[in-house]
Amino acid sequence: MLHLILFSVFAVIAVAGALNLLVQRHPISSALSLIVVMGSLAVEYLLLGAEFVAAIQVIIYAGAIMVLFVFVIMLLNAGVEERTKGSKVALILGFPAMLVGGLLVAWVLLRAPNVGSVNVGAMYGPPKAIGWLLFHDFLLPFEVTSVLVLIAIMGAVVLASPVRSRFSRPQPEPERQALKAAAGTEPAHEETVTARRSS
Amino acid sequence: MPQNYVPIFLFMGVAFAIPAVTLVLFKLVRPENPHKTKLMPYECGITPLDDARGRYTVRFYIVAILFVVFDVETIFLLPWAVRFRWLGKFGLLEMGIFLGILIVGYIWIWKKGALEWV
Repeated sequence: MLHLILFSVFAVIAVAGALNLLVQRHPISSALSLIVVMGSLAVEYLLLGAEFVAAIQVIIYAGAIMVLFVFVIMLLNAGVEERTKGSKVALILGFPAMLVGGLLVAWVLLRAPNVGSVNVGAMYGPPKAIGWLLFHDFLLPFEVTSVLVLIAIMGAVVLASPVRSRFSRPQPEPERQALKAAAGTEPAHEETVTARRSS
Repeated sequence: MPQNYVPIFLFMGVAFAIPAVTLVLFKLVRPENPHKTKLMPYECGITPLDDARGRYTVRFYIVAILFVVFDVETIFLLPWAVRFRWLGKFGLLEMGIFLGILIVGYIWIWKKGALEWV
């Protein structure tokens, strides 16, 4: 009974956080709401018995991936969301469409033959069980994951690193060199300000 | 199983309660005298030139994504470590392949200079 109450409470928190994420107009506020969603999902996993997944949800999603999100928001310098006519249309069409879609998914899931209900906390998910599944039953997917991670590493580095000759010592950008050369008589304060703006 | 986590829930409760209680308590106690100037960022008395939310360099993004990637790798080590004895040499080989592929990537980004703060 306590499980059910906790589960429902955190489900409501998760949905409320998700709605707040959509309503908030500043990206950082949305990112903070996303942390609420991920944290309450972690509690839901825990209540279902998936302890390892719950811990990972906090460490990877609420921790690492949110840091990445915030860095990307800061990198893009995303300002307050603009409301145009298009967003109004999306609001009018989107809510009924989402409602119909959600009901459709629920209906299909309830009608599917192999779907049954499971008691809260009846599943198992301690690290030992995960280890057994990962290194025995799902060995190939596990090894393929490493290739996937490798692609992620290479993609990020190739996309984000500045263009320069291979394996050479990094050179200062030409802009900054030109700035330093042109600075000459200008006060030092001015130079740092412009350098900060250009970088 | 979740009964074991009651201390964590208690801990969470206390962690949320402390800032909430202090904020409410201090709101009641402190004198309130808001002024627009007080909210300005302090720059040695000089009026701020532009918005504090400047554009960050892409290097932060590289650092963050490399952190996420190797974080995921570390997470995969845990289920292996708790089953280490039981999985034996075969498990060691599996993990060796997994880490080997990632170490290739690590050496590549090292050589590429992505770990250096340019």
